Amino acid sequence: MRNAALLAWKEIRSYYGSPMAYVVSAAFLALTGQFFVSGVSELLPEASLRDVFTPMTFALILWAPIASMRLLAEEQKLGTLELLLTAPLRDWEIVAGKFCALVAMLLGIIAPTLVYVVLLYWHASPDGGPMLTGYLGLLLYGSAAAALGLFTSSLTGNQIVAGVTAAVALLFLTLASEASGLVSGLPSALLAGVSLPAHYTAFVAGVIELRNVVYFITFIALFLFLTTLSLESRRWR
Amino acid sequence: MENSRLADRMIEVEGLTKFYGDFLAVSGVTFSVDRGETVGLLGTNGSGKTTTMRVLTGYMPPTSGSVRIAGHDLAADSLEARRHIGYLPESVPLYSDMTVAASLRFFGRVHSMNAASLASSIDRVLDAFDLADYRDTLVGKLSKGYRQRLGLALAVLHEPEVLVLDEPTVSIDPVQVVEARDLIRRLGKEHTVLLSTHQLAEASSLCERVVILHDGVLVAEGHPDEIAERLQGAQRIRVEARGPAEQTGAALTAVSGVRSVETATLIEEGVYAFEVTAPLRSDVRESIARAMSAAGLGLRGLVRSTVDLEEVFLQVTRGERGDADA
Repeated sequence: MRNAALLAWKEIRSYYGSPMAYVVSAAFLALTGQFFVSGVSELLPEASLRDVFTPMTFALILWAPIASMRLLAEEQKLGTLELLLTAPLRDWEIVAGKFCALVAMLLGIIAPTLVYVVLLYWHASPDGGPMLTGYLGLLLYGSAAAALGLFTSSLTGNQIVAGVTAAVALLFLTLASEASGLVSGLPSALLAGVSLPAHYTAFVAGVIELRNVVYFITFIALFLFLTTLSLESRRWR
Repeated sequence: MENSRLADRMIEVEGLTKFYGDFLAVSGVTFSVDRGETVGLLGTNGSGKTTTMRVLTGYMPPTSGSVRIAGHDLAADSLEARRHIGYLPESVPLYSDMTVAASLRFFGRVHSMNAASLASSIDRVLDAFDLADYRDTLVGKLSKGYRQRLGLALAVLHEPEVLVLDEPTVSIDPVQVVEARDLIRRLGKEHTVLLSTHQLAEASSLCERVVILHDGVLVAEGHPDEIAERLQGAQRIRVEARGPAEQTGAALTAVSGVRSVETATLIEEGVYAFEVTAPLRSDVRESIARAMSAAGLGLRGLVRSTVDLEEVFLQVTRGERGDADA
């Protein structure tokens, strides 16, 4: 785990050493801020972040491909992956390190939105429960999107291809629940089952359902496992 | 005795074969490198050098065959084997957004170096590779020559017993090539070095032994001179003597052990040079000296010809293997 932490720290330093980190954070805050302002500006405003959490997930499916696309694709393109794979590191340590860095970056863009919570407590008496579960769901949602992005980044040396592939896959998983209404039977159940938003709604409502937590944890574990397999398979190509 | 010989064997490659899909990149290559040796892996582009190096650094597994590094089987004990290797890939991959010192710190930690030894090792390699002035420079701003130095510094930072250098002087300018070769020569005094090159002069000047690959097959192995002699089936001696060419030629031909005498070339007024061939493992130089003296000819020079590695290389890669593997 020490090696994973070492790799994560390197990525975090690299990420925050570039202006991109601050541009992305500012854009995320500006976008979600719009929804927060419009939510609290209604005639009978509700002291909650219900109107902000769902747009946040849309912002996350844009963020995840951008943040993850270079992590392994660039290592392949620059050849530095050869240095990592010939160093005394296990493949899963490399994947875990990159994923931990993505989670840290995710926390980095979500944390500034806590200002909305402060503002709500300052001016009203919001129910803290749904906000807490909303943030927990958001963290799981973003981590799942990041894990998928890391996997597509492991498949190619081209960052753009990796990013676009991740964005398309995340868009599909986002719209799957809508599409499930257009078909019936098993396809409908499958589309609803894989949909990311379908497993997030309960968190926003303040409910932590075990099946939703299991879905996100399984989703993350599956894509981290596939990423590790993808790295291992590079050795066999 | 056998045990100590094996303990000194730092790289053992046995029947290494590597397929990429249907393409056979390396076929049944077997060789070893002993402690302290500098061995050159020689071959044209596409001969299988890089594939061989990638397999024995653990980057990719062989399709069949085995590799042992410092006694550790690369398949069964990969992490331990990799701890003993310092590797410089051909493209010298580095993180452009890190400083020189940060790169060294990162890879030192990857190799589990503790803080105290890492700090002193970084100072040591920065001095050794003349990088101290660039300590806080971003890698992306370094010239190719200094990137090469940093690549070498990263390879030796954790003091590995085995250094694997893939084309260490490719794509740098002639001055930097000379400097890089000096660095490698110094490293060869403290490490076991396997370097790949397609530059014959480099192999000749740096390596005690070469392994020649062609189309993924090992076609010759040994000291360049030995390989050449085995290929030619004879040793060549250059004789320079003052006196009539015919008389000198006749005197040389009469020397016991001399197989042939090639046509003389005039090198200065009254002085001719001859190329004499003699069987392997015999030294006819003293006999030649005595014959020259007895014939009243002035012996100016008598040396075993230096081997033209280029000629050797062309011979083995054209398939004129002769008894190279004998």
